[in-house]
Amino acid sequence: MTEVLERPAPAGGHGHEEHGPTGILKWLTTTDHKVIGLSYTVTAVVMMVIGGAFAEIIRGQLSSPNGTLVSLAQYNELFTMHGSVMIYLFAGPFAFGALANIIVPIQIGAPDMAFPRLNALSYWLYLTGSITMLSGFFVAGGAANFGWVAYAPLSSSVATPGSGADLWIGGLLLTGFSAIFTGVNLCATVFYLRAPGMTMFRMPIFTWNLLVTAILILLAFPVLTAGLIMLYADRHFGTHIFSVAGGGVPVLWQNIFWFWGHPEVYILALPFFGMVTEIIAVFSKKPVFGYKGMIFATLTIGALSLGVWAHHMFTTGTVLLPFFSIMSLLIAVPTGIKMFNWIGTMWRGQIWFSTAMLMAIGFLITFLVGGLTGIYLASPPLDFFTHDTYFVVAHFHSVVMALVLGAMGGLYYWGPKITGYLLNERIGKIQFWFLFIGTQVFTLPMYLLGLRGMPRRMAIYPQHPSWQYLNDWATVGALMIGVSTILFVVNIVYSWKRYPAGDNPWDGHTLEWFTSSPPPHHNFYRLPPIRSERPTWDYNHPEHRALEHGHHEPAVDGSVK
Amino acid sequence: MRTEARVLLGLGTFFAIMDAVYWFWSKEDAGGVMIIAGTLLCFLPGLYYFWWSRRMRPRPEDDPHAEPAQGAGVVGTFPGTSIWPFTLGMASFVMVLALVFGVWLVVPGVALMFWAVVGATGESRRGGQH
Ligand code: HEM
Ligand SMILES: [Cu+2]
Repeated sequence: MTEVLERPAPAGGHGHEEHGPTGILKWLTTTDHKVIGLSYTVTAVVMMVIGGAFAEIIRGQLSSPNGTLVSLAQYNELFTMHGSVMIYLFAGPFAFGALANIIVPIQIGAPDMAFPRLNALSYWLYLTGSITMLSGFFVAGGAANFGWVAYAPLSSSVATPGSGADLWIGGLLLTGFSAIFTGVNLCATVFYLRAPGMTMFRMPIFTWNLLVTAILILLAFPVLTAGLIMLYADRHFGTHIFSVAGGGVPVLWQNIFWFWGHPEVYILALPFFGMVTEIIAVFSKKPVFGYKGMIFATLTIGALSLGVWAHHMFTTGTVLLPFFSIMSLLIAVPTGIKMFNWIGTMWRGQIWFSTAMLMAIGFLITFLVGGLTGIYLASPPLDFFTHDTYFVVAHFHSVVMALVLGAMGGLYYWGPKITGYLLNERIGKIQFWFLFIGTQVFTLPMYLLGLRGMPRRMAIYPQHPSWQYLNDWATVGALMIGVSTILFVVNIVYSWKRYPAGDNPWDGHTLEWFTSSPPPHHNFYRLPPIRSERPTWDYNHPEHRALEHGHHEPAVDGSVK
Repeated sequence: MRTEARVLLGLGTFFAIMDAVYWFWSKEDAGGVMIIAGTLLCFLPGLYYFWWSRRMRPRPEDDPHAEPAQGAGVVGTFPGTSIWPFTLGMASFVMVLALVFGVWLVVPGVALMFWAVVGATGESRRGGQH
């Protein structure tokens, strides 16, 4: 029989009860990873709503060829801030700061993150960075308007003199340091705070993916920060790093930006890969198919992601096309392995179509569309044809909307652990269908628009019968996505403290389902023995314990080697 | 500790090979230098962990047969609540606003930052508030 022993209170002198301040002071002074993670989650979801509101205005403007909803200048600000808010302030922080902050320490049986005060600092830098970037709308000249990629020379002090651009740079400096500190924290937590028996190859896939994400953050974000400092110096200190006038090289900015920017794509994606892996395994009542293959694929994606940045620069004529094309196409291999492993996990499983599971399946399908169209873009001749058209916008929206589906799946799956209460499943499923169908109705017409030559970042476009109905459909899809977001808020309000979750509502596999919902201060009163990557499952189902990594011969004597 | 080291050294080795190919094929400097930096960033901690992993006894978390009780004892010192991360965050905020609204903001920014760093260090030495 398994035996559960108390794990004594960690040193530092206090037990499991928290006797700290309450209310606003608690929020300001907390170093508890669960409270910080919750602040991150709420802030990131608010950013998603703000970025989504910008998107709805954009689609409103584009619903007719000569839209008059916003001016041309305002449109530039809107698409810049839509992209910036979504990538820098929603997707990234949600991926590595929100659920990760709460779940990673618990999944490995740790009492907190390795550096709790640094963790709190990360949050404050994220919050102030977000405020800084958004405050651009309130200064003379308006917010940044050079696109979320700030290409030189558009971002120079001649082309964009306003302080909105400087606020954009300043906001990114703050959120950049926030991300770097989170990366340090995640690595140290995973390397040093695992519970006894939690070997590296027993860590849940979600935690593994966050480890690789953290390493990528450490590799990529300092490059962006350095680039931003150079950009600021060019704008204000008279250097000419990115301007031809003084002997600089504008395309250097693109190299620096995308050296961060492509790893960033995987910094955004890997955490959501991890979430859906957990969700699919739990709701199929099966262990993850190909556990080690999954980890290997994650590491391969991380490794390759540092060598593909210039696939965003094929049309500049300054990059080594074959190298970047081959490297980009190679990424399809580990991603394909993951796809098959997800399907393998569901195969012959006892599937429970909960809202979280629907979101995860929606993620798979939508990400598959984004991934496959990405293969086209990795081929230079095809990219020359589609670069800077709506085909690209459609491609990356298939990807990022898949991430939104994954994020929602994660919230439905882990939300009960964090708050102690379930969300309403019926509203959740309606939300899923609006989000999933809306996404396809929104992206598919944009692929066609791109192939028919509609350029991106245009506030007005020629009257063209074969463009018009496609734009109308894209706007309909955007509205459906908006409805799904409203339904999510409705669900939170409706389900508020209504359905107590209990410790383990989904019959989960990993350690977070072993402790209470919400977990106590420092997370655990006791830990089960850890003998596989599914310790909670093993404990609850001693007759079906997993053997090492998916070998499922029944253990005759009930013991596991 | 051994797996941790292998992950980092494996990534570093991959980057080194990739950089060699890229450098000799493209003769482009910026990317070549950035990948070298990435390589070093993997090798430095990777070699350190590797060196340690050969010297230390496996920790309970590296032992597949460890019992929960082996984790008893000191896990580490965890601070209670602390106002200093917030203070440091606000100091950084003020410093960044100085980039936009005027250099004079650097003065309160640095002062606040200094205060926060001193406060946080003192708190660590006392073992944190509870
Ligand atoms: C309701 C959902 C969304 C809608 C309707 C939407 C709509 C759009 C549209 C129409 C554009 C093109 C603007 C133009 O080129 O003129 C755009 C650009 C962009 N979107 Fe979205 N979007 C949505 C969600 C997201 C999400 C979730 C992300 C990221 C996590 C995202 C990231 C971006 C980025 C990076 C750009 C490029 C901005 C630029 O050109 O500088 N979007 N979006
Ligand atoms: Cu890319």
